[in-house]
Amino acid sequence: MNRLIIAYISSMVALFVSIWLGVSIGSVDVPFSTFWDDTNESLYNILWTIRMPRVLLAGLVGASLAIAGAAFQGLLKNPLADPYTLGVSSGASVGAVATIFFSISIPFISNFTLPIIGMVGALLTMVIVLTFSRLIDRSMKMETLILTGVIFSSFLGSCISLMIALTGDQLREIMSWLLGSVSMRGWPFVKMIVPFVAIGSILLWLYRRELNAMMYGDERAMALGVNVKRSKYAILIGGSMLTGAAVAVSGTIGFVGLVVPHMTRMMWGTDHRHLLPLSFLNGASLLIICDLVSRTIIAPAEIPIGVITAFIGAPVFSYIFYKQRRK
Amino acid sequence: MLQVKNICGGYGTTPILKDISFQVGKGTFLGILGPNGCGKSTLLKIISSILKPSSGKILIDDKEIESYSNRELAKKMTVLPQLQGTIFSNTVRETVSIGRYPHQKGFFSQWSKEDEQAVNQAMLQTGVKRYENSYLENLSGGERQRVFIAQALAQSSQLVLLDEPTNHLDIAHQQQILDMIRKEVTEHGLTVVSVLHDINLAALYCDELLLMENGQVRAFGKPHEVVLEKEIEDVYDAQISLQAHPEQPKPQITILPEIQEPLKDKRITRNHIQIKSEYVELRSQFPLRVLSSAVHNAGLGWYENFINRTVKPDYNIEHVQEEFIQFLNKEGLSPTNTVGMMTAVESSKAIIKQYNASFGEVIVIVTAGIGGAIDVSKTYEREFPIRVGTINIWVIVNAKLSDEAFVQAMMTATEAKVKALHSEQVVDVQTKTIATGTPTDSLLIAATQTGDYMQYGGPITPVGKIVGRGVFEATIEAIRNYRKGD
Repeated sequence: MNRLIIAYISSMVALFVSIWLGVSIGSVDVPFSTFWDDTNESLYNILWTIRMPRVLLAGLVGASLAIAGAAFQGLLKNPLADPYTLGVSSGASVGAVATIFFSISIPFISNFTLPIIGMVGALLTMVIVLTFSRLIDRSMKMETLILTGVIFSSFLGSCISLMIALTGDQLREIMSWLLGSVSMRGWPFVKMIVPFVAIGSILLWLYRRELNAMMYGDERAMALGVNVKRSKYAILIGGSMLTGAAVAVSGTIGFVGLVVPHMTRMMWGTDHRHLLPLSFLNGASLLIICDLVSRTIIAPAEIPIGVITAFIGAPVFSYIFYKQRRK
Repeated sequence: MLQVKNICGGYGTTPILKDISFQVGKGTFLGILGPNGCGKSTLLKIISSILKPSSGKILIDDKEIESYSNRELAKKMTVLPQLQGTIFSNTVRETVSIGRYPHQKGFFSQWSKEDEQAVNQAMLQTGVKRYENSYLENLSGGERQRVFIAQALAQSSQLVLLDEPTNHLDIAHQQQILDMIRKEVTEHGLTVVSVLHDINLAALYCDELLLMENGQVRAFGKPHEVVLEKEIEDVYDAQISLQAHPEQPKPQITILPEIQEPLKDKRITRNHIQIKSEYVELRSQFPLRVLSSAVHNAGLGWYENFINRTVKPDYNIEHVQEEFIQFLNKEGLSPTNTVGMMTAVESSKAIIKQYNASFGEVIVIVTAGIGGAIDVSKTYEREFPIRVGTINIWVIVNAKLSDEAFVQAMMTATEAKVKALHSEQVVDVQTKTIATGTPTDSLLIAATQTGDYMQYGGPITPVGKIVGRGVFEATIEAIRNYRKGD
């Protein structure tokens, strides 16, 4: 039990430190006192209208990808699975890229056209992938799901490639969206993604014990009294919701969903009752730090956040992996 | 506890099971046997409701399994499928704790004292408690299997279905796991239904067996009712032989290999026997089937070397087993391939006689020391100790003897010996009556197990006739030889 308390406390502390670093460091340094001291109006504005929504968005995206990754890895019993394995992100990407490519703008919600179409794309893909794999195999074996996901991902990936090949002016915009970013989104994006993150995460968390049981195989899980089919649907829907929302607002940010669950598992164990919330916290911290690095390292220019996640994530992961295996 | 009624079913549209019915009472260990592909695993899957039967019913505690909710059913029955293990690291404790899943109600229920107790109890019962914090992947296959059984026990279901729990394990782990399951059945009234591959283990540990063939029940009952030579040979299409387990009243089978060693001249004649200064020796160059009351390697077995060793009358009998092995090693005879007898009579006084019967040669070798001759009908009234002396008889038969022929040959030989003592007027010195033998007589019947098959060995059978005459004549000569030396 003590170990778990340490795990939660250290993850929370890491998250708060990340948030604090995220809001205070930048082209202008914002002191901690700005939180309650509104005498310096410009600092106060930078903190609350620029930095805070950006940091929170990064945190929410990171948290969503990490918890969805943890759930998918557990569900698919595949350590290489990540939130993108089932093709949901490709669906969101196709929606988003199409929005840019065709310069679509839906009246009244013009600013949100892209994330909304992205989410619709994610949702459609999820429904198609689930229906298709159910058609092939009524019991929805993991292999069927993964293969169906891979098929749809490649198909949608080539749709994106096609649009990239045909585009002229929007190439830069498309590329920068694909590489992922949480900049210049503001509070509306944060508000938009919050319900999805909340519902998706709670849904996954409700199935934490079922995930534990399903690690031992579907048959064993059934023998333990798990409603395997219902659990699979719930987890797939929850995870896809989180992924779709994250990709729709920030683009395809890689590595977080793959690596954070692994790091969390190596440090604190495989029990999904704790793996899910801890991945959520650590995913948020990691992406906030990565975003901080992406905008400060060659300021005033920004490096795409997806590049940073891999730059930071890969060595950290390798180090933990090495330490773990040497034990 | 469990009733299976007229189950038919399988995967997709191909029926694998045809009208299977049986029932298992509480506290019973049922083993499901059958050749590969006969539907054992399918049956297990249907009982555990992973597969739906196309017709028929399964009742647990007189209620159909469909009427139970998932969790209710999991409290009644659990299954351990064959392939187990996870991609991710789990500790033993975590793995066993998963067994409590059906007992945790609602989405927020907490780990209760009862859960903790059940997990600890299960780990203690299976002996995995001492490595509760180890990771599964660091355990051996047998230990891992025990952890999964602990998981099933932690679930506290009264009925446990197992699919080949001892698959790929060495015999030590097979024994541990089956002993453990047996103990749960006997002591805690657990009901176990297990698919087993090994007929011998199934016969040894299960209360009841279900033998399946092509999706149907071929036999169902106690091990001795199911494990029958003909039945097993027929179902498995294999050559087997049936024997009793040496310690348990359970049938055991042995495979009879089709490949046989190239038939050398498997004959034993007088020339194979040598008289050395310390012993009479027979080296057969191929194993003979032997039934004997020898000092070393008595009982039924297969041996190539036989010695009848002469020892001093004051030989210290206390460490005879160790001493005999040392002696055999010194003489270059393999202790595991040699039957040894002892006598105080010099080896030069041994009588060796060969008889040529219609089926082959019979050789009789006798050493007789009659100093301690007694009348078996009067031993209750005579005083001990008595003088040393022993009559050792070997009968080597060039034929194939059945088990009963071996026993009958022993009887025939014994009767012939008694008659020889009578005819030579050997007297029990205390009772003054005709002696029947000495207190330490030994007898050995060996057969080459090639050639003619001899079902019986009684006095009027071909074998019995020669044994009776041979033992009688050789014993008389041996007694005379002994008296000459006195």
